[in-house]
This record gives sequence, structure tokens and C-alpha cells, in this order.
Amino acid sequence: MSDLTRLSAADLASRIAKREVSAVEVATAHLDRIAAVDERVHAFLHVDREGALAAAKRVDDGEITGPLAGVPIAVKDVLTTKGIPTTAASKILEGWKPPYDATIVERLKNAGMPILGKTNMDEFAMGSSTEYSAYGPTNNPWDLGRIPGGSGGGSAAALAAYEAPLAIGTDTGGSIRQPGAVTGTVGAKPTYGGTSRYGLIAFSSSLDTPGPCGRTVEDTALLHAVIAGHDPRDSTSIQQAVPDVVAAARLGATGDLTGVKLGLVKEFAGDGSEPGVAAAFRESLEALVKLGAEVVEVSCPNFQYALPAYYLIAPSECSSNLARFDGVRYGLRSGDDGSRSLEEVMSLTRDEGFGPEVKRRIILGTYALSSGYYDAYYGQAQKVRTLITRDFQSAFEQVDVLVSPTTPFVAFPFGSRTSDPYQMYLADLFTIPTNLYGGPAISVPCGLAEGLPVGFQIMAPTMADDRMYRVAAALESAVGTFTPPAL
Amino acid sequence: MAAISREEVAHLARLSRLAVTEEELDRFAGQLDVILQSVARVGEVAAEDIPPTSHSVPLTNVYRDDVPTPSLTQDEALSGAPDAYEGRFRVPRILDEEA
Repeated sequence: MSDLTRLSAADLASRIAKREVSAVEVATAHLDRIAAVDERVHAFLHVDREGALAAAKRVDDGEITGPLAGVPIAVKDVLTTKGIPTTAASKILEGWKPPYDATIVERLKNAGMPILGKTNMDEFAMGSSTEYSAYGPTNNPWDLGRIPGGSGGGSAAALAAYEAPLAIGTDTGGSIRQPGAVTGTVGAKPTYGGTSRYGLIAFSSSLDTPGPCGRTVEDTALLHAVIAGHDPRDSTSIQQAVPDVVAAARLGATGDLTGVKLGLVKEFAGDGSEPGVAAAFRESLEALVKLGAEVVEVSCPNFQYALPAYYLIAPSECSSNLARFDGVRYGLRSGDDGSRSLEEVMSLTRDEGFGPEVKRRIILGTYALSSGYYDAYYGQAQKVRTLITRDFQSAFEQVDVLVSPTTPFVAFPFGSRTSDPYQMYLADLFTIPTNLYGGPAISVPCGLAEGLPVGFQIMAPTMADDRMYRVAAALESAVGTFTPPAL
Repeated sequence: MAAISREEVAHLARLSRLAVTEEELDRFAGQLDVILQSVARVGEVAAEDIPPTSHSVPLTNVYRDDVPTPSLTQDEALSGAPDAYEGRFRVPRILDEEA
């Protein structure tokens, strides 16, 4: 294996800038690694060797400089890439080549970051395991018989398998953080509105948040700084300066958390974390206390309703958003033999093109938005969302950040949660409250349980993304990083 | 008692333009019943006087200056269409649907 694939993004960027190594060599090393291991990992749905090498050459030619210039990246297949297939891991978009780039993708290109390819995910980002991908699951590099998390399992697995030093994910209910946790990598969900949704194929528009994934906290912060910031093409984009997450990560790495108050959510205590996850979390908390942090118990009584509220709000928005897949403007059209009406063709197209979890959520959302049920389900869920937001606001009057395990369980074996969809939903128990509130949160590896990675989650107030990076980097300095067995 | 019947699921699938099979209906009805019974817990919260939150960013009416900027060409906009004809999206017949 080439050593270049083992280096951090920060290290690669510095070596490329000093011309110790060329961007083309770095891109080639990662493309070769993908060619060598991705048959077993299946992190990628599409690899763009030619495009990545051309982008790397522009950096070597001195056309582009910048903090991550020449560092290759993998992009979740839910963000549009001009001329490069984009499927959202759905059959309904098989072969679609978007005519435009997402804002995030445009920023990566402007930063001189070669895009290696598009990563696997649960279809339309609905799931926690990649088992709902129409193109087959991604295998966790820690144990190829286990799930890599979801929906962004491809991005997280690409990092853990050393196929890419950085990746882009999207987080609607935990789709960046939970895959990060179960693959021993770092995943950050920025403040909602802090990163642009333009070109992100919509699942639940009030929750969808693109964000950075890396193997170290500093790398993740560097990528955060490249992609974040106001975008006039996204009307929910926040018009404020992005907090200096890179400085915060470097401050945290000094290992001093004196005066930082960590909030422990009382209501999460009895919530069914596996014993190994609970133990790794407790040990990490003790490590943070040794660095000077103070632990304060806080009460967030409405967090117990976050999962039910989310599984009404997200499917409702999805049922509306996915109406655009009608077999007219892009993607699959099925059953159009000249005898059938538009409505019949549309219904056949959608039944053939969507997988089971997407159909379940469309039907559930249609139900929750039906007149007669609207007030009891969608309307009530929106009120609960207000109460959860108030819980966060009152907690942040007492503490700087909230902490919890990222997900209640380590990577589970394939097939163990697909027969009962609600069992899959429980993977998001600790990540969902943040999405409803809109604040930032990060998952950072904190230990192993039965040889599998455990993630530690840090949640911060909206537009205080820097705080979570400081605490995450401090934890990383105390517990180190975790390397999977050789593939 | 079931929160949702097989007939209701069939009706919702029609509204959603999903031509689900009989086998799918059997499977989804049971699964959706379990999910609905779980999410119905939101009803336990006393929230009569609580305003709803549709969105975490309190923004309304975000405007931009009305300046024309380049957009997709007609060819680009049609490039992903399953069927196009003379610069337009071509669709199956839409009249006489009930006939």
C-alpha cells in the first residue's frame, strides 16, 4: 500500500504546497487504493479517475492554491456533480448526469480538491446501514460482515478504508455522525443553514445539512471551512460569518478544557446503549474531566419525543419532495407503451424506481399530512419540535455543549434490523434531537467495544460550531485515533 | 387495534402515485402499523399553546435583486429527460384519463 493514503489531509496539503509530492501522485495513490480494495468495501458507486487526475494536475500547474489544494475527496452521491452520474443510490436516477454542480461541489472544485468519485448511501439518504441502497450495501472496513452506518456509510467507509482522506456527507437525522461512529471516523453536522443545500437532492428540506467527514478532527475542520458559508442560491442559508472551526480544533488539540462545561442529558441515561458503548462513553467523559472540563447534568424532558416527531416530520417533507420523481424531467420512466395514461406511467415508474424504505416513508408522510390526521401527527410533531428547541436553549444557558454516545450500538451485522424498520430508526436516537433544533454536532471516535469503534457526540448551540470542534479535538488528543485491521 | 388498515395503505399509495403490488401492501400495512403506533407518542405531549416550528432558521421572504443570470440551456434542461420532442418534455397522454 502507498503511504500517501495513510496521511492526514492537513499533512498531504502541506506536502503538496511544499512540492514534496505532487497532487497527481496523491490522487493516483488513492485511485489505486480504490481499485485494490473497493470490490470488497463497495464505498463508491462511481469513480472519476480522469476528472480527479485532471483536477490534480491543475493544482500541480499552479492554477489553484489554498489550504486543501490537491487533497482528494469523496462525495456522497446525493450531491449533484456536473456530467458525473448522480443517483442518490436510487434506481429512479440510474444513469442520470446532472447539468449542474451543487454549491458544495463547486466549492471543492474552487479549492482545488480532486473529486475521486461518488459514495454509496441508503436510497435518498433514508436509512442507517446502506442496506437500502439500490446498488447493494457498503461493507464496514472494521468487519466486512457489518454495516458501515447510514445513510452516509459509503463516505465513512471510504475514510476508514484509506480510499479517501476526506469526504462529504449529509445529515438529516444522523447520516454523517452515526456512520462516523461505527467506522471510527470523524463526522460533523454543521449548523442547519451553515452549509448550502443547493444541488443536494432533497429528502427533508428543513433538516438536510451537508457536512464534512475526516479521519481527524483537524482535517474535518479544514474541510468545514472550505464548504461552509452563505450561498444566495439557498434561501435558508445563514448570512453570518462561519465560526473559526480550524482555530477551535487547534486550540482543543492542546488538551486544555479548563472552564468548559459539558452537559450530560439526564433523559438519555436509561436509553438502551449497549454496555460497551456506555463504558467507552463514560471513560471518555472521565478523560475530558482530566483535561479540565466540568460535567453538569441537565434535563431535556422532551428529547424522548424527538424520534417520534422526526419520523413524522421527515417522512412528511419527503413525501412532498419526492413528488418530483415523476418520470418526466429526469430519471426512469416505466411502462410507457403508448396505451397507458400519464398517471399510470407515473405510478408504475415510482413503484419500480423507489425501494421499500422510500415507499414506506412516502406513504407515512402522505398519511401524516392527510386532512383529519394533520393536526394529530404533523402539526403536533412541529409543536414538539418547538419544545425540543426550548430544551436545547435552556440547557445551553447552563453548559457550553451537550455530550452523549453518538449511537446506542456498534456496527451491527447485515440483515439484523431490516425486518423491523423501527429497530433501524433507533440508531438515530441520540442524533435526531440536534436536527430538529438545527444546531451543530460532531461524532469523534472515543474507544472500542468488542473490537468495534464507538463514537462520542458533542452538540453545540446554533452557529457555535467552533465549540464542538474544540471539545472533539481535546478528546482526540486524550484517546487517540483508531485504525481498523488491514483489509 | 391496528392504527392503519391495509385499505388505508392502498388508498395512500394511490394518492402517492405508487403502483404497489399486493405483496407490498401486505408487508407495508403491518410495518406502517408498528411505526405509526410508535410515532403516535407525540400525542402524549401537552402542547396546546405551543407554537409550531417548521424550520430552525427564523427567516421569511428572502429576496434577491431581480437581475438576470445565466441558467441552464434548453438542451441541458432536457438532457436527463426520458423522452423529449422538439425541445420539450414529452409525456404520455393526459386527457381521457377516466375513459
